[in-house]
Amino acid sequence: MALPNQYEKVSLDTFVRGLWEENPVFVMLLGLCPVLAVTNSAINALAMGLATTFVLLASGTLVSLLRKLIPKQVRIASYIVIIATFVTIVDYTIQAISLDLYNALGAFIQLIVVNCVILGRAEAYASKQKLGAAVVNALGMGAGFTFALLCLGTVRELLGAGSIFGVHVFPADFEPWVVMILPPGGFFVLGGWLLLFEYLKQKRERKLLESEGASDGV
Amino acid sequence: MSDTEQATLESAKEQEQAPPPTPGLKMLFTLGGISMLAGFLVVLVFQFTAPIIAENQRIAIEKAVFQVVPGAAVQRDFLLDADGLKPGDNAAASGERIYVAYDEQGALKGIALKTEATGYQDVIRILYGYDPGCQCVTGIRILKMAETPGLGDKIATDPAFLENFTALDAALNAAGDALAHAIVAVKHGNKTEPWQIDAISGATISSNAIGRMINASGQRMFPLIQRHLGELQQKGSESVLPTPTPAANGGQ
Repeated sequence: MALPNQYEKVSLDTFVRGLWEENPVFVMLLGLCPVLAVTNSAINALAMGLATTFVLLASGTLVSLLRKLIPKQVRIASYIVIIATFVTIVDYTIQAISLDLYNALGAFIQLIVVNCVILGRAEAYASKQKLGAAVVNALGMGAGFTFALLCLGTVRELLGAGSIFGVHVFPADFEPWVVMILPPGGFFVLGGWLLLFEYLKQKRERKLLESEGASDGV
Repeated sequence: MSDTEQATLESAKEQEQAPPPTPGLKMLFTLGGISMLAGFLVVLVFQFTAPIIAENQRIAIEKAVFQVVPGAAVQRDFLLDADGLKPGDNAAASGERIYVAYDEQGALKGIALKTEATGYQDVIRILYGYDPGCQCVTGIRILKMAETPGLGDKIATDPAFLENFTALDAALNAAGDALAHAIVAVKHGNKTEPWQIDAISGATISSNAIGRMINASGQRMFPLIQRHLGELQQKGSESVLPTPTPAANGGQ
C-alpha cells in the first residue's frame, strides 16, 4: 500500500498489476453488479468494459491533477462529481455511436457512477500518485476490467446463444443453454472463472514456496 | 516494544491532526470549481452529440416504420386525437403521435403507431403498422422489452408469431367507432379467426400483452384514422409534390 507521500515509479508493473495480480473483478471482486448484469453477450461486455475504462482513465487523470487542490473533507464529493461528469459524457457518446448498443446496456451506463472500481481507484491511487502513474494504473485496471467482462461475456454468449460477437459458431442444431444468458448464468460463469483464477494463483504460490524452500536448502 | 509502538502511533496521530482545519471557503470554492468544470464538460459534449443522437433516433424510427409498413418510402409524423390532425412538429399540440408512410408517388401506404402494455417482466413497447385500405395490421416491431430471453423475447423473432401480423384483421364495426372484433391472442394452435393472434407456446403472457396493446390502441386510433383518411392521403401529395424526393421529410 502506498503511503500518502510515496510516489510510485511508473513501470510495466503499474499497468500489468490491474490486469492480473490486482484484477478488479477476479481478484478484488469489485464492481460485480455490471459484471453480472451486462455480460450476457460479448459485445455488451466489450462496450461496458471500454466505457468503464474511459471513465477510470478520465477521472483518474483529473483526480490526480487536482489532488493537491482538493481539501480532504470534500474529496469524496469531488470525486463523485468528477466521475459522474465523465459517465454523462460516456452516456451521450454511446447514444451518438449506436442506439441499439445504448438500449442493450440500459441503465448500467449511468450506474458506472457507483462502480466501486472507479471510486476505489480515485481514492486509493489517483489521489495519491502523480499523473503518469495514475494514468497507467487506470489503463491497467480498465484493461483488467474489460478482460474480465469479456471472459464472462464470451462464455455466456457461447453457451447461451451459440455465438460469439453475434457470429454463430455452433452448428444449427445446437440447443442454446438459455440459463447462461439469464442472471443465474452470470453467477455460474463468474464462479467458474474465480475457481480457475484461484487455482492458478495457488499453483503459482506453491511453486514460489517450493523454489524458495529449495534455495533455502542450498 | 509496546511503548515504542504507542509512541509511533501517537506521533502518527499528531501528524494527522497537525494540518489546520481547512477553511470552509476553500471547500466551497473547490466544490464550486469542480462543479463548474463538470457542467462545462457536460454541456460541451451534449451540444456536440445532441444533433447526432436526434439523427440516430430519427433513423431508428424511420427504419422501424418502413419495416412495419411494407412498400413505404417516405414517412411524416402527425398528432391525432378527437380534435383532429395536427403536424407532428407542433410541440404545443396534444394527441397521439402517428407515423404516416407514403410511397414515392405520395400515395398512402399505411400508418405506424406506437403502443405499449405490461408484459411478463416490464413494459413492452412496440411500433405496428396499420393499413387503412385493407383495415388490417401489417407488421410489428418491438422497440423495448425485458422479456425472458429464450421464452418471452421470441415475440420479436419467432417467424410463426410474426406471421400473425402480416394481415391481422382490424375492421371497424358498422358504426365506425370501434373494432368489429376485438384483437385477442389465443392459445398456441387455436387460431381460427383472422383477428386472432396465435400465441407462442411458452410465451403466452408476452403474446397476450401484444394482443392487448394492439387492441387497446386500435380501438382508440383506427376509427380516428379512418375519419381523417382523406386528410392523411392529401398530406402525402403535399409532402411529395413540392420536392419529389424522399428528402422532403428531412426538412423538419
